[in-house]
Amino acid sequence: MSDIADRVKKIVVEHLGVEEDKVTESASFIDDLGADSLDTVELVMAFEEEFGIEIPDDAAETIQTFGDAVKFISGAV
Amino acid sequence: MRRVVVTGLGMVTPLACGVEETWSRLIAGQSGAGPITRFDTTNVVTKYACEIPFGDGSDGTFNPDDWMEAKERRKVDDFILYGMAAAVQAVKDAGWEPEDEESRLRTGVMIGSGIGGLSTIAETAVLIKEKGPKRVSPFFIPGSLINLVSGQVSIRFGFKGPNHAVVTACSTGAHAIGDAARLIMLGDADVMVAGGAEAPISEIGIAGFNACKALSTKRADEPQKASRPYDNDRDGFVMGEGAGIVVLEEYEHAKARGAKIYAEVLGYGLSGDAYHITAPSEDGDGGYRSMQAALKRAGITPDQVDYINAHGTSTMADTIELGAVERLMGDAAAKATMSSTKSSIGHLLGAAGAVEAIFCVLAIRDQVAPPTINLDNPAIEPKLDLAPNKAVKRKIDVALSNSFGFGGTNASLVLGKVRG
Repeated sequence: MSDIADRVKKIVVEHLGVEEDKVTESASFIDDLGADSLDTVELVMAFEEEFGIEIPDDAAETIQTFGDAVKFISGAV
Repeated sequence: MRRVVVTGLGMVTPLACGVEETWSRLIAGQSGAGPITRFDTTNVVTKYACEIPFGDGSDGTFNPDDWMEAKERRKVDDFILYGMAAAVQAVKDAGWEPEDEESRLRTGVMIGSGIGGLSTIAETAVLIKEKGPKRVSPFFIPGSLINLVSGQVSIRFGFKGPNHAVVTACSTGAHAIGDAARLIMLGDADVMVAGGAEAPISEIGIAGFNACKALSTKRADEPQKASRPYDNDRDGFVMGEGAGIVVLEEYEHAKARGAKIYAEVLGYGLSGDAYHITAPSEDGDGGYRSMQAALKRAGITPDQVDYINAHGTSTMADTIELGAVERLMGDAAAKATMSSTKSSIGHLLGAAGAVEAIFCVLAIRDQVAPPTINLDNPAIEPKLDLAPNKAVKRKIDVALSNSFGFGGTNASLVLGKVRG
């Protein structure tokens, strides 16, 4: 797994308090990992902080799964 | 009017986490004061306070993991954590975790705080200054709002009745219990989880109360001697932190389910000083009227009051309250015992009135008045026994608890043995 994926996974595990093996490519933050809408806002902020990028609101809305996040961030950094 | 009884107790205090753990230390005359460890005190005047003993949960220590998951704790200020811990204890003690919808609809929550998420607000303001508004957490507001203890507790247990929160500075805890009892008396709920929570030991909290000249400053070398209500050498209050929560219940409801009944809420009185933002009037008129109103509501006379848990913060106002109590009690003063438990636990601000109401309940249960520690040299000759430095075993059928807050807001509760 890429360095970016590892760092994203670490953030997800920390913020949502889930087991690492639950954070799969297709895992949805809300449906599978127990996040609510405020959690997803905080996750996106954490990604921005970690990778020094800006994720606009309309892009943030498309980030529903762990895979979505890795893909977006890989394209942005 | 329906009768209201106390059927569950919970607390987190500077003496311990837990009701019995706190109570045994209180009766033994221990102090919860020590040097502040929560933040770097280099730049503040007062460097000591009464902090909750954090630990692994054994021997009365407070282990946050026992009460809220780490991922949930991250989203809330400590006053919510303390409030949740005390509420969980109280609900379990009451044995009231109903699964049916009707019972949940008839159970409400009224937990207040004097200041709420003070340190979270301060930290977020610094974050905005340093990193800009986009870095503000989505949990900043719901983690700081005072009514979010009530909100979080209702979500945890599914309590769908009245959901409310009191904010009356240092009278918060007493007002919350009194107001919640009224909701039950009037039929808005059958059960209420009520009390107060506070987490003011932060640089901004200490600096703010130092600026008001309210805190003790002279005893950095012996913090355990700093809170000394009525003593000639007192020099301000010692900041505390924690939460006190009770489960209040309509009497017939409690009897019908065979609940353990600790005491009855016999009376509740409120008043305003209309005098000064931080000081009581010299004659103690506001406190006098709030006590008088509580006794009237309870339908009792001053000579029936056995124990008074004073507001007694270890400031100049102690003797004003004492004067008001003596005026209220008249000749009966000589038979009553009054103590300030703030001598042991410091001033828990919005949680104080609730924690102290619980002490009254336990005083009635165990027939013992907790001591006023550090009372070595009384500022004036009292007409009441102030239980200096030693708990007093005595008959306690009725107890009165006073709470007075900035803004001139006063609350008095009368608690008593349940009368058949």
